Amino acid sequence: MYRYDPYDQKIVDERVAQFRDQTRRYLAGELTDDEFRPLRLQNGLYIQRHAPMLRVAVPYGLLSSTQVRKLAHIARTHDKGYAHITTRQNVQFNWPELKVVPEILAELAQVQMHAIQTSGACIRNITSDPFAGVAGDEYIDPRPWCEVLRQWSTFHPEFAFLPRKFKIAVNGADQDRAVIQCHDIGLELKRNAAGEIGFRVLVGGGMGRTPIIGEEINDFVPWQHIITYNEAILRVYNRYGRRDNLYKARIKILVKALGVAEFKRQVEEEWAFGKDGANTLTEAEVARVAAHFTTPAYEALPGEDAGYASQRAANTAFAAWTRRNVLAHKVPGYAIVVLSLKNPATAPGDITAEQLDLVAEWADAYSFGEVRATHEQNLVLADVKQADLFALWEKARATGLATPTFGLLTDIICCPGGDFCALANAKSIPIANAIQARFDDLDYLYDIGDIELNISGCMNSCGHHHVGHIGILGVDKNGEEWYQVSLGGAQGNHTSIGKVIGRSFAAAEMPDVISKIIDVYRAQRQDGERFIDTVRRTGLDPFKLGVYGEAAIIERKQHA
Amino acid sequence: MPKLIKNGRVIDDAAEILVLDEVQGPEALNLPDGPVFVPLAVWQAHKGALSGRAGLGVWLDSSESVDDLEGDLDSIGAIALNFPKFTDGRAYSSAALLRSRYAYTGEIRAIGDVLRDQFFFMQRCGFDAIQPKAGKYSDAQLEEALASLKDFSTPYQAAIDQPEPLFRRAQRAA
Repeated sequence: MYRYDPYDQKIVDERVAQFRDQTRRYLAGELTDDEFRPLRLQNGLYIQRHAPMLRVAVPYGLLSSTQVRKLAHIARTHDKGYAHITTRQNVQFNWPELKVVPEILAELAQVQMHAIQTSGACIRNITSDPFAGVAGDEYIDPRPWCEVLRQWSTFHPEFAFLPRKFKIAVNGADQDRAVIQCHDIGLELKRNAAGEIGFRVLVGGGMGRTPIIGEEINDFVPWQHIITYNEAILRVYNRYGRRDNLYKARIKILVKALGVAEFKRQVEEEWAFGKDGANTLTEAEVARVAAHFTTPAYEALPGEDAGYASQRAANTAFAAWTRRNVLAHKVPGYAIVVLSLKNPATAPGDITAEQLDLVAEWADAYSFGEVRATHEQNLVLADVKQADLFALWEKARATGLATPTFGLLTDIICCPGGDFCALANAKSIPIANAIQARFDDLDYLYDIGDIELNISGCMNSCGHHHVGHIGILGVDKNGEEWYQVSLGGAQGNHTSIGKVIGRSFAAAEMPDVISKIIDVYRAQRQDGERFIDTVRRTGLDPFKLGVYGEAAIIERKQHA
Repeated sequence: MPKLIKNGRVIDDAAEILVLDEVQGPEALNLPDGPVFVPLAVWQAHKGALSGRAGLGVWLDSSESVDDLEGDLDSIGAIALNFPKFTDGRAYSSAALLRSRYAYTGEIRAIGDVLRDQFFFMQRCGFDAIQPKAGKYSDAQLEEALASLKDFSTPYQAAIDQPEPLFRRAQRAA
């Protein structure tokens, strides 16, 4: 993974000094709340229900074991002993005190970490495929490109006060695992007919209040020009994006208002000035960054480890875990392991300091010292030998990190919600835990199969509910917490936005509602089709009928 | 006398930022002696009369486009860009455009809700004059605030103050 050189380190150290002084001036009354707000947000610091919440950047989800140990230390020393993995592959601490945040940032800087631009109306942490470099369907490793863009976007002086937040994702494989269609800019690495690397560029995707799927504005921007092309997009957005209404300030609204053709025309007109300028990438720079993402020292191993096969045969629990949480690796004899953070006893995405230390230990022992955070709020050890899987599983299981449900109904994406977040309309963690408690039978979960259930506590959609096969959105009705259910959303190559099925529900109804939806699916599914395929084939009607009953449907139609 | 930061130093400044109505005739403008900044609309309405006046500057609000000054820039000694709120970042693009696309070499001044924690970004985008609101900072605080111009010593990207990105400026070891 990328390691800082003295330039990178200096920028992060100077940021710590800058924020230390800003915090000092705020606490001394020299900065008003309004003046300090964007400064702290651009350092990932929110003022929340209980305490400030600090969001630490994990660029495109990559962590070294040293960094994971530091996160454990911070959780133990400055928080209540745990951390939370976010849907932008970042890490959040829920309980730090404002006055110690500069100290936390200084500690993070010691391990090449920071909280730069993890919030605020600026370019946020760039996200990517958690299986980058190890997936069999990858054609171009996105990580060097993410790092190049991270450096370009860090403290970009022109784009620090955009109309609204700005999110970029990069994918370089057959399957989109970075949700590129739901980003302000989605970049798909590809090769042209001549074999040269470039990017297909999507703009104007996003979730939030107005979910929109991004549209292509260029089918191939050669790699040399990706920075200047991004700058052109950002400049058009910075100049013309709406600033009068927070809810209409994302780039997607500008793209819709202008139409994608006109938006593209403006971008390309702007690009004509910047193209071939100083920000044109050089082969030397790309090679320098790419050298950090070399192939680890894999051993030459047989494709199927004999011991691994017999361990699976001998132990059904292990076999079940490997079936869901162990994925194919491009190198024979190796596997990708998903360490689930969806233990029903804890909040989705939460991990304790002790678990973080153990994960760091396993990374060192089994996976070249690296860990990845996923936007689905799990951790990944990307390079584990098949021969080590059983030992790893036993250790993970002993500490609750081997929940064998990756990609199943209870592998829920869930924002922190009303328990922690000041923006939330409703709590989301208890809903997730109640659904996990209802569906605690593994055989039943396996029978239901691949499905994605996502929960957001408010319209900001941190829990990606719009692209959940089942999406749950917390809404406020006269000061009470209610939950709206949508079906048919999806991430990946066939991204779609879910449709709301009808009136919302009280928290206590939610497990029953999900049971009814699953019952309809099991009754309707044909030939082992996945949940999302059934929804797409049948439409919402059978599900509405199953959830609301015939009487309710008839009544609704009469009122329509 | 009001102070501003010019080229990294605190200096006295006498220029007045005028809020005027463009329907007034130039004779009715009754411009004070000495340096002034007139609104874009006034400049556009009275270009002929104002052109060449010593100490004449034009100020633009964040919603106004520097593209509208194309062709006039040789006659304007200074341009002020207003930040109605410090979180309105349009003036950063305006300043960068003036310096790069329009090769403007006169003063570009940040006015309005101008705070020290944004000085670094302003300087990078081509502002050479920074004028916080009168009374926002004491003289001593303004001197202290100069430190914010140096928040970061070696930024990554190319910008107006540093036209080459780090990867072209420095030999970085892999």
